Amino acid sequence: MRPLDIAYMWDLVPVIAGYIPLTLFMALVSMVAALVLAALLAIVRVLKIPVLDRVVAVFISFFRGTPLLVQLFLFYYGLPQMLTFLTNIDGVTAAIFGLTMHFSAYMAESIRGAILGVDRSQWEAAQSIGMTQGQLLRRIVLPQAARTAAPTLVNYFIDMIKGTSLAFTLGVTEMMGAAQKEAAGSFLYLEAFLVVALFYWAIVEILSVGQRRMERHLGKAVAR
Amino acid sequence: MSCEIDIAGLVKRFGGNAVLNGIDLCLKPGERVAIIGPSGTGKSTLLRCLNFLDPPDEGRITIGDLSVDAARASRADMLALRRRTGFVFQNYALFANKTARENIMEGLITVRNWPKPKAEERAREILQQIGLGDRGDSYPSALSGGQQQRVGIGRAMALDAELMLFDEPTSALDPEWVGEVLDLIRRIADGRQTMLIVTHEMQFAREIADRIVFMEGGRIVEQGPPAQIFGNARDERTRAFLRRVG
Repeated sequence: MRPLDIAYMWDLVPVIAGYIPLTLFMALVSMVAALVLAALLAIVRVLKIPVLDRVVAVFISFFRGTPLLVQLFLFYYGLPQMLTFLTNIDGVTAAIFGLTMHFSAYMAESIRGAILGVDRSQWEAAQSIGMTQGQLLRRIVLPQAARTAAPTLVNYFIDMIKGTSLAFTLGVTEMMGAAQKEAAGSFLYLEAFLVVALFYWAIVEILSVGQRRMERHLGKAVAR
Repeated sequence: MSCEIDIAGLVKRFGGNAVLNGIDLCLKPGERVAIIGPSGTGKSTLLRCLNFLDPPDEGRITIGDLSVDAARASRADMLALRRRTGFVFQNYALFANKTARENIMEGLITVRNWPKPKAEERAREILQQIGLGDRGDSYPSALSGGQQQRVGIGRAMALDAELMLFDEPTSALDPEWVGEVLDLIRRIADGRQTMLIVTHEMQFAREIADRIVFMEGGRIVEQGPPAQIFGNARDERTRAFLRRVG
């Protein structure tokens, strides 16, 4: 048994920290895109829009039914063989695309459940005063569904941050990629991966504090 | 007879079952009509068909200069009908994410496109009328059942609908709140608001209605002035029902 090379780990901190912005960038962009896509998918499912509803069901089933890593490889290494305009797609874009698709499928199901949790009579009340489908979704149903779904969606965001580490398999040097490169040079795998693990842990812990605050706030304000 | 509201041959089926079997009903301007009858005879369905919460299968609904053929009603027809009718729900159905004031303003802002200050002013008036002048900022969860239903009525009043529809407005209320809600409806009735009210409150129906309609099996069995229906009903089914409800 050898002792941990603490000094080496300490040296790695600024190196890995330098890649936090890229990791957060990928996670944030994917999260926003996935939220928008998921809301649309959920609405299609709830309103049972003909044909589209079937397409969305298959979409959700596929992206929930296959591993994220496989999906990323499909987008980055697979698809460009057929769609040649994708040949020069960079790893970051492919990762954001993959994360968006993957997590939108999960988030759509959460949002759908939250929408169905809004009492049906409120839909009817909105219809009865002459609101259109779009108005009642935007002003009555979705705001209430968002409150219900918020804690779950934050969980998916946390998963997404960790999911960005897979981008290193597409040749992206983000936090995980940087740790991998450092380790390959120093052969101190334990130290390098321990440092990167602690970074992910810290980021997620900070988010969890925010999540608990948000839940308290949501629980306090307004109503069921 | 000049009908402001004319319902002709209204039919509604759920699956294969006809719940409304050809309803004809004419309301004169300012007329207040109460619908009574046993449970499951289509009273609520009739109200829900009139604003297409349940789209009717056949028949014609005319409100003022708007006439809609149920069989070929477009989305625009449906919205137009809803904008001319106010609906009060048995279970209040308030928007949980909006305050009492916002519940009342919602239709004015989104449907009527009123500027916000104007809608706020109107909401203030209505809150006074429904006796909740000081509760405008309360969310529904902070209001009693009676207060919630008064907001529900206020929301429907805000639209100045030609026809107000009350679907068993006191049936879900604890007995202690029934009185205040009936008082409010009575005041609206006193203002000669054209209304159709489905109710189990026979005494109330007798007081406020110009006409009582007795329904059974998806049909109108008998109708007439309250004194006639409650005192001297012609049809045995009406008499049997009135004996049961006391």
